[in-house]
Amino acid sequence: MKADPAGVLTGAHYLDGDFACGEGAMAAGCRFVAGYPITPSTEVVERISRRFPMMGGIFIQMEDELASMAAVVGASWTGTKSMTVTSGPGFSLMMENIGLGAMMEAPCVVVNVQRGGPSTGLPTMVGQADIMQARWGSHGDYELIALSPQSPQEAFDLTIDAFNLSEIYRVPVMFMMDECVGHMTEKVVIPPAEEIEVVPRKLSKLKPEEYWPYSVNGGDIPEMVRAGDGYRFHTTGLTHDHRGYPDMSAECQELCVRRLVEKIKHNADKIVRFEEEETDGADVVVVTYGITARVARMGIEMARKKGVKVGVIRLIVIWPFPEKRIRELAGMVKAFVVPEINYGQIVLEVERCAAGKAAAVPVSHGGGGVHDPNDVCQAILGAAK
Amino acid sequence: MSRTEIRITGFGGQGVVLSGYIIGRACSINSNKHATMIQSFGPEARGSACSATLAVSETEVLYPYIARPDIFIVMSAEGYDKFGDELKDDGTLIYEKDLVHPTLKEGQPSFGIPSTRIAENLGRTIIQNIVMLGFFTGVTGLITREAMRDAVKASVPAGTEELNLKAFDAGYAYYEEEYSRGKQSEEKGAVAAETAEKSQSE
Repeated sequence: MKADPAGVLTGAHYLDGDFACGEGAMAAGCRFVAGYPITPSTEVVERISRRFPMMGGIFIQMEDELASMAAVVGASWTGTKSMTVTSGPGFSLMMENIGLGAMMEAPCVVVNVQRGGPSTGLPTMVGQADIMQARWGSHGDYELIALSPQSPQEAFDLTIDAFNLSEIYRVPVMFMMDECVGHMTEKVVIPPAEEIEVVPRKLSKLKPEEYWPYSVNGGDIPEMVRAGDGYRFHTTGLTHDHRGYPDMSAECQELCVRRLVEKIKHNADKIVRFEEEETDGADVVVVTYGITARVARMGIEMARKKGVKVGVIRLIVIWPFPEKRIRELAGMVKAFVVPEINYGQIVLEVERCAAGKAAAVPVSHGGGGVHDPNDVCQAILGAAK
Repeated sequence: MSRTEIRITGFGGQGVVLSGYIIGRACSINSNKHATMIQSFGPEARGSACSATLAVSETEVLYPYIARPDIFIVMSAEGYDKFGDELKDDGTLIYEKDLVHPTLKEGQPSFGIPSTRIAENLGRTIIQNIVMLGFFTGVTGLITREAMRDAVKASVPAGTEELNLKAFDAGYAYYEEEYSRGKQSEEKGAVAAETAEKSQSE
């Protein structure tokens, strides 16, 4: 389906990543946003709240982040594409209801413009330390999808992809920006609506008396209906059977939760997305994402000039992780170098997948700034020895 | 030069961020360049020293922050005190000459303009930053006058385009009268020649 032109601001713009993310959401068909303002993410909702009235969207400033995420899960069940926007401290508060969204299988997007943490940390400065939280932050077993843009242009493009993925797999999708990308202003080209592919809500065609909300008929993903369309249905955070009714048994838990995990695992090859460059015959492969991917590129060029063969894997989708490709490369390279603005998160995932066949070298940065490209270069030179 | 770094500073309310936005827009949308703008955030954003930086390049800007600017546009004394030292030794200083009294390094190309007074004479102090942008365009030749005028037009509130373009042209004209005296074509960008001329005139 093509995008609704009402939400598409076609043209070449000079936008920051936050505004671009807001434009991406509106282009994707998002018409409900609930949020609580927090630096450095507030500009996303500023943009949306200003433009929403022109396309019939609703923005609610909620009393806090718990309520924001709850409102988004509820709105999703009305068939409206829904989103919330926050940063670290708010992301922590949203975790309980992100789990609710995962359990109820409510398609939605959660934008986290990452700042330095923990706690209140560095409100106005960059961090990338919520990457594991995006994956494991809510309790219990579930799988979801996370993306990371490296520029305002990608903040626009990938926000659309985030909505599409949330509709296809019926999961909350984590949009893991960082303050640097959120607050940097660059050229953003927004194509005409007819060139933007959006995935509409897949609504059940069954009659109300035939419909069960969690019946999958051998597939991975159940069909939805909209509250108010005449279907009687039940949805809950409790472990539930195909009817959506609570069933407190190990058997039902196995059916219910295994599917939540497997609907992503079984489709990981389709969801995983990364850019790969010069990995053929590489000594070292740099695995990177977000703003760090751009800064690291300078360090990579410096190392190449010194004669090291350096490949790059830039993660676009962070979760699910490109396990297969990292495993393959681990047998061919000496080491992976993983610069990230945290004290070691994705590097652990790389290490797990490399399984001892290649070293995984972190290049840590605590936040409040981006890497010195020379630090990345030195790590590459060290790893290549 | 493949990368030009710019810092603009002034006090909150002078239109520092809008100035950066207009230069960035002129470079990346109206010219074939890449321009990444970062604005200062935090408690200093209104009333005291506020700043925006730009990295302008013929190729993709990988590193978004600046180290030592090639061009420093200063609209307040406090901004000069805070950021003056980081300007490259041969970097170009562009300043509001009624408000900023710089200590020049030897050989430092510097260009002053009473942009607030010019704006007042045009009827609105608020357009001071646009006067400054006209002046900047003349001084640096980094972007064509037309690309900058188009960016001004596209960036100011509807209904104020004419006044803002007048402000831009006034700033540009001040550069021509005081520094260029019509000897140079604007395409030539002419910071080097300017420097020579300025040292003669002082």
